[in-house]
Amino acid sequence: MNKQEAILEYTLRIADDSLILGHRVSEWCGHGPILEEDIALTNIALDLIGQATNFFDYAAKVQDQGKTCDDLAFLRLEREYKNVLLVEQKNGHFGDTLARQFFFDVFRKSYFEALSKSADKDLAGIAEKSLKETKYHLKHSSEWMIRLGDGTQESHDKIQESVNHLWKFTDELFFMDQVDELLIKENIAVDLESFKSAWTSYIKEIFQEATLTIPTNGWQQAGGRKGLHSEHMGYALAELQYMQRAYPNMQW
Amino acid sequence: MSSNEWPLWEVFIRSKQGLSHKHVGSLRAADAENAINNARDVYTRRSEGISIWVVESKLVAASDPKEADSLFDPADTKIYRHPTFYDVPDGIMHM
Repeated sequence: MNKQEAILEYTLRIADDSLILGHRVSEWCGHGPILEEDIALTNIALDLIGQATNFFDYAAKVQDQGKTCDDLAFLRLEREYKNVLLVEQKNGHFGDTLARQFFFDVFRKSYFEALSKSADKDLAGIAEKSLKETKYHLKHSSEWMIRLGDGTQESHDKIQESVNHLWKFTDELFFMDQVDELLIKENIAVDLESFKSAWTSYIKEIFQEATLTIPTNGWQQAGGRKGLHSEHMGYALAELQYMQRAYPNMQW
Repeated sequence: MSSNEWPLWEVFIRSKQGLSHKHVGSLRAADAENAINNARDVYTRRSEGISIWVVESKLVAASDPKEADSLFDPADTKIYRHPTFYDVPDGIMHM
């Protein structure tokens, strides 16, 4: 694998994470538990799709096959998407969505902080711009974890269950392979191990205030980064890709 | 009114060029931090401002509209309260 191929693969991973999570969160539009959260979630979805657009634009440029960011976002096959399993999980109830968002936001804040120092100017630029949005996402999801955890007995039980269910998808956020190895040597990619303990300690800090516990069962699930997705991915893609496939080259 | 409703908060936003926070609306939130986040999401989407104040609606004391005439009408006929009888010299810019 040469450097260009590695950069393409690396960028698609980040783009897919933002795209699939943005798509999932957008499913809340019109269904939020209260008006303010409906707007908050759709804002977050728009931020994520915006990030995805920037990353896909760059990926298309790196790939240099005349494809557009839309081609990459909407027309690949399931096994060509490289997002982590965490982001494709179903929305569930509000707590499930916020727990998923929380684990992702804690990761993304450290990740974009590091990526904004990348030797690749395009990736660094997108990361720096995305970091501001991410800081707000993290503030929003952290505060909800605290309120749901240290809320009523019902909210506490529900959010703890969300945490227990999603914990097995968190390790994959820190997945690295030869793509990362190659690009870390070039100071382009981020060494994810470098902030794994910061990620864990921030979560412990918020969980303490939220009176929540980290699951003791350490079993982890992975596969997304290799294109091996969960049973939910097909349904998500069917909705995501429908318009582009039903009306190829449509304009609006 | 259901007692399960979150308290109501009045939202004030100061724009980038503004000097004062203007009232833009209200929302329901569980607590102050939550209210600020909600205000940020609902009332600053189109760059309406750079500073948010939220105040619980029950803490806002307001004048009674029924007393408006006795509170405000008497000032209408007291022109001596306005400094309008001075000749402002030509060099003065902002008066």
